Amino acid sequence: MNMPTKSKLRIATATLAGCFGCHMSLLDIDERLFELIELAEFDRSPLTDIKTCGPCDIGLIEGGLCNAENVHVLREFRANCKILVAVGACAINGGLPAQRNHLSLSMILEEVYHAQHGLVDGFIPNDPELPLPLDQVHPIHEVVKVDYFIPGCPPSGDAIWKVLTDLIAGREPELGHGLIRYD
Amino acid sequence: MSQNNKTPHNKNQATFILDGKTIPFTEGQTIIQAAMASGEYIPHLCFNPEFKPHGSCKICTVTANGRQAASCTQQTQADMVVESNTKPINDERRALLQMLFVEGNHFCPSCEKSGDCQLQATAYELNMMSPHFDHFSPDRPLDSSHAEYLLDYNRCILCSLCARASSDVDGKNVFSLAGRGIKTHLIVNAKSGKLADTDFTGDDKAAHVCPVGVIIKKRVGFAVPIGKRSFDEHPISATPHPKVRDV
Amino acid sequence: MLSQDNTHSDYLDSILSRHQHNTHNLLQMLREAQEHYGYIHSEAIDYLAQQLQSPRSMIEGVASFYSLLYLQPQGDYRVLFSDNITDRMLGNIDLMESMCGQLWVEVGKVSEDGLVSINTTSCTGMCDQGPAVLINNIAINHLTQDRINSLCELIRERVPLSGWPLEFFAIEDNIYKKDILLDSNFKSGSALAEVLKRSSEETLQEIKTSKLRGRGGAGYLTGSKWEFCRIAVSEQHYVVCNADEGEPGTFKDRVLLNTYADMVFEGMTICAHVINAKKGFIYLRGEYRYLLDHLNAILQRRRQQGLLGNNIFGHANFNFDIEIHLGAGAYICGEESALIESLEGKRGTPRNRPPFPVTSGYLNQPTVVNNVETFCAASLIGLHGGAWYADVGIETSSGTKILSVSGDCARPGLYEYPFGVTVAQVLADCGAKNTQAVQISGPSGICIAANEFERRIAFDDLPTAGAFMVFDESRDMFEVARNFVHFFKHESCGFCTPCRVGTSLLSNMMNKLANGHGSPYDFTEIEKLNVLLLSTSHCGLGHSACNPVLDTIAKFRPAYDKRLTHKEYIPAFDLDYALSQARQMTGRDDTGAHLERIHVSK
Repeated sequence: MNMPTKSKLRIATATLAGCFGCHMSLLDIDERLFELIELAEFDRSPLTDIKTCGPCDIGLIEGGLCNAENVHVLREFRANCKILVAVGACAINGGLPAQRNHLSLSMILEEVYHAQHGLVDGFIPNDPELPLPLDQVHPIHEVVKVDYFIPGCPPSGDAIWKVLTDLIAGREPELGHGLIRYD
Repeated sequence: MSQNNKTPHNKNQATFILDGKTIPFTEGQTIIQAAMASGEYIPHLCFNPEFKPHGSCKICTVTANGRQAASCTQQTQADMVVESNTKPINDERRALLQMLFVEGNHFCPSCEKSGDCQLQATAYELNMMSPHFDHFSPDRPLDSSHAEYLLDYNRCILCSLCARASSDVDGKNVFSLAGRGIKTHLIVNAKSGKLADTDFTGDDKAAHVCPVGVIIKKRVGFAVPIGKRSFDEHPISATPHPKVRDV
Repeated sequence: MLSQDNTHSDYLDSILSRHQHNTHNLLQMLREAQEHYGYIHSEAIDYLAQQLQSPRSMIEGVASFYSLLYLQPQGDYRVLFSDNITDRMLGNIDLMESMCGQLWVEVGKVSEDGLVSINTTSCTGMCDQGPAVLINNIAINHLTQDRINSLCELIRERVPLSGWPLEFFAIEDNIYKKDILLDSNFKSGSALAEVLKRSSEETLQEIKTSKLRGRGGAGYLTGSKWEFCRIAVSEQHYVVCNADEGEPGTFKDRVLLNTYADMVFEGMTICAHVINAKKGFIYLRGEYRYLLDHLNAILQRRRQQGLLGNNIFGHANFNFDIEIHLGAGAYICGEESALIESLEGKRGTPRNRPPFPVTSGYLNQPTVVNNVETFCAASLIGLHGGAWYADVGIETSSGTKILSVSGDCARPGLYEYPFGVTVAQVLADCGAKNTQAVQISGPSGICIAANEFERRIAFDDLPTAGAFMVFDESRDMFEVARNFVHFFKHESCGFCTPCRVGTSLLSNMMNKLANGHGSPYDFTEIEKLNVLLLSTSHCGLGHSACNPVLDTIAKFRPAYDKRLTHKEYIPAFDLDYALSQARQMTGRDDTGAHLERIHVSK
């Protein structure tokens, strides 16, 4: 990576079908956040509350794809980020949400909104404001090209820090024993 | 088959070369058997030193005198030159691991075997950062019928170690492979298809050989916390077959 | 527990006693049980397990391996459309859809009334007279829309197959060119008479002198194979004839067994004499079930003639007999060690080699496994001598080769040539016009383009098990490769990771390209998979599963390029379709309820 020395890197982050745990882990880099702020500034991110992603150097995606909105956000990131990184188990293999994949979506919606015990006049929400769910949950590499992956549920702050600093320094990111974890 | 006349006829053992190191071997040993006897690690999954080599997972693939072969089934020959820890071979092994990951449903965060799982630890060893391929998301129901043990078929990699242990050691044939091709799957020896209806017990060897998280003892899943498990302490290359935790 | 009634024990008892309760005949027992009951009932498995004192999981494991065995009820009429590329080119898919429509059944399912089930199956060996189906394992060829209509009528009326017009079951030999083998007018016993004038050592020498090489594709020297087996010290030696002619586009063995069976049996008997075997097997593919009675009748006649059984031709201590084992739909069983596993009543998984079958084959005894055509050639050599045979053909490849010609040509059928014939000559003889490509030796073989038609059929140029599929310029070679990749995926035994998963991945990627979702990324992925399958698979199936793709990429690259319609990676699945269930459940159809396939930049 040839980064201009003066200007800061722009980093964007988003959570798709995830639990924000990976974002919490990002904050777990603790005092190194100060170091990071010296090197980078944040574009779209739950940390900045910026709603759309502009041109960025690095995009961090937490979570897999479970609905149409996830796909839009992912595409926006892919179109704007030079480097796209899948962060955490859900972005990488669908994670917990993907454990619905062997069930048909119709059956799930039927069960949740109609058949479940205790529901009165249940109906499946159809407000156009709500994103429609996909029939299966997909990891992000099944929909766009992904450049790097940081596995873990969540990846540790150290793992995220290692990959970020490697990328910022223009090194091929590498996690050794102890940092590479899937759980 | 072929006799190598150039073998140095000293009174020491015959040797072969593994990644530049000289490794002794005895007649009949396969490459991985000889390597492990010398403390050398070759990544593997369906091989377990207590059992006859099977040769199905192909993770232990090496080049032996320039030809690729599964090191668990390839007989060692004197002066053979074996390459194992090279980038091209590790790239292939990683791709095979990725195949195993997308073929089943491997959700490590919710798996009781995480940290003790050879598939996971081997993937760590080979720096597998993602499953790379598109997931197959197969439908593989759990079997929780047995009082003491759970079968989670989602994690099966078809190494057949449980089947081999059950037939060769326990004399029971609790487990078999059924189906063909991508539909190959593990079954148990009961008309109901349920483990509870077999003669399986926790004392069986078969209960303790699963390299992944299919055969799971109930109620002790997280007795040892994540972070304190075999492969948390040492990478699998240091202790390929840690003592089975007695819980 | 077994049910109280004797539904299954009634028929299984006679099957069990016919097979002496021998678990090595398990596959045969399962096949016969299915012929009786229509499928293999779980209580039948229990009864077999109890009677054979074998675990039921093992029996279930075997039964579920073979695609022509069923553990669930099938239709009373079980229709399987042969799905080789040659059947496709003759319109089998349209015909199948027509049949499904007329009989109200979906592909792969059983009709609600249990009347009929319809599905596809791998090449049934009728490429010269396709499109072809198997109905309850009986072949019906030359399908046309009219014939499909008639079949539907007969099925709807529940007419038993025995009452169907006989012409439906006609199977032609379609021999267009004969040479020393097909034109030999072989008389049963004639070769044995000559052979028994010599010592078995001298006969082996004749085979070696002939330089005969195996006709199944690998081309191993038959004399060496027999010699290795002969010198292997053991209680028993076995002769096995590989008649599991599963390579798509190959059908010569069907004709040899139909019309030249005496040559096959006699060749096996000669081999038995050389290697001192008392028992031989023919492993006949399940799709050729219709040949079983015919072959058994010939075996019986040969026993009566003193050509099989004890003291053959009056020679004391020359005792040899042949048993026919049927396969049940598994291409992998054409691989000799998988075939032996299957003969032993197991799942057809290729063994780890060495040891090789010549020293450790059937029941771990020394075993010769040869192709049908190889045994026919052995009969000719027995009759005329090795030098006579070696004179035919060319230096590297003695004798003749029978080609099964199919695809785009005027006269599909069998053509026998001395080795060394050019592809161009064969194309001229079979009436092929505007030929774009020829697939030699089936999907696992090689695909050659027009600039290679002067190449020769020979072990050192184009070795072949016999398949010769012709594609004219109207054909899409990508679709040819995709059909073959699908075949390998269907036939992978599932033992090793690269082949089990890799053939599925490869098939998915070829489908992705076919569905218009291809980009250069996918092309690179396909090339990487090819290398991985080639280098890490357990047996030849995995090694050759990528051949059709590698060859067509190298020689018909534009067929791929036109499918790489996207510059950037796009998903294999249709994102908008992935929302269709949700649209249906919510009744929404607003713009937010849809996704474009490709990202549109702002």
